[in-house]
Amino acid sequence: MKSAVIVFPGSNCDRDMIVGLETVTGQRPIPIWHRETTLPDGLDVIAVPGGFSYGDYLRSGAMAANSPVMRAVKDAAERGVPVLGVCNGFQILTEAGLLPGALMRNAGIRFVCRDVALTVGEARSPFTAGYRAGEQVVFPVAHHDGNYQADAETLDRLEGEGRIAFRYAGECNGSARHIAGIVSERGNVLGMMPHPERAVEPAHGNQDGRRLFEGLLETVGA
Amino acid sequence: MKTRVYVTLKNGVLDPQGKAIHHALEGLGFSGVNDVRAGKLIELDLAEGVSDEDVEAMCRKLLANTVIENFRIERPESQGAAA
Repeated sequence: MKSAVIVFPGSNCDRDMIVGLETVTGQRPIPIWHRETTLPDGLDVIAVPGGFSYGDYLRSGAMAANSPVMRAVKDAAERGVPVLGVCNGFQILTEAGLLPGALMRNAGIRFVCRDVALTVGEARSPFTAGYRAGEQVVFPVAHHDGNYQADAETLDRLEGEGRIAFRYAGECNGSARHIAGIVSERGNVLGMMPHPERAVEPAHGNQDGRRLFEGLLETVGA
Repeated sequence: MKTRVYVTLKNGVLDPQGKAIHHALEGLGFSGVNDVRAGKLIELDLAEGVSDEDVEAMCRKLLANTVIENFRIERPESQGAAA
């Protein structure tokens, strides 16, 4: 499986994502600096990792969403290439307009850094292929701006179209309808605040995230 | 020419920072504060000929996230535009 991990100034989960993808797929992802305007041919997946791109200036993800490479990421997403945005990556994908809604400051103001229980949603996507809807999994979260908000119409549409990938099983950050992750209309773009790449190896203490990459590998079949 | 852009959270959007400031003011003994909303002020030094429409486009494309935020433009010589 040929994958790319986008690297912005201030990304800090890019290595975790690279190691996670390589561990499961056996193939080393290609790191792509944000100033690139094209992506390698034949990518099976593009990952937008977590971190604090551009120091979260203006709004989390706002600057990165306008980086040169994002034009190419958008084009790839439109062609149906799977795109995974985790944490800051989710913020970047919403700011770039690839996913609806916005990630606001946590309702409790504090940075939240702990393991959280999630309920797998109904979303059909290559990233959720390894899970059953309704099943509970545990992923780590580490964010300050993870409070997912959108207008009621958008939230109704996301739920009506079965586009919720993960919900917090308990209160986490004030997110509307406990949304932790959503997919695009076609299902090929997933944005989520929790970190599947930090729950891959036995040493992580929990391997629930591994199936996200395994499901992806099985779906793209490469 | 200095142009000011005020970015504020839309009505009905929870403002955790405003809430915290409110609590802190109460903690300091200030009474009579009914509510606090925190926003951003962005000052642009613009060349001659930059139109109101240009500034509005800047707001929509970058300065504000219109999913959750409103913006108000204050220009010295014009009425400004708001959304």
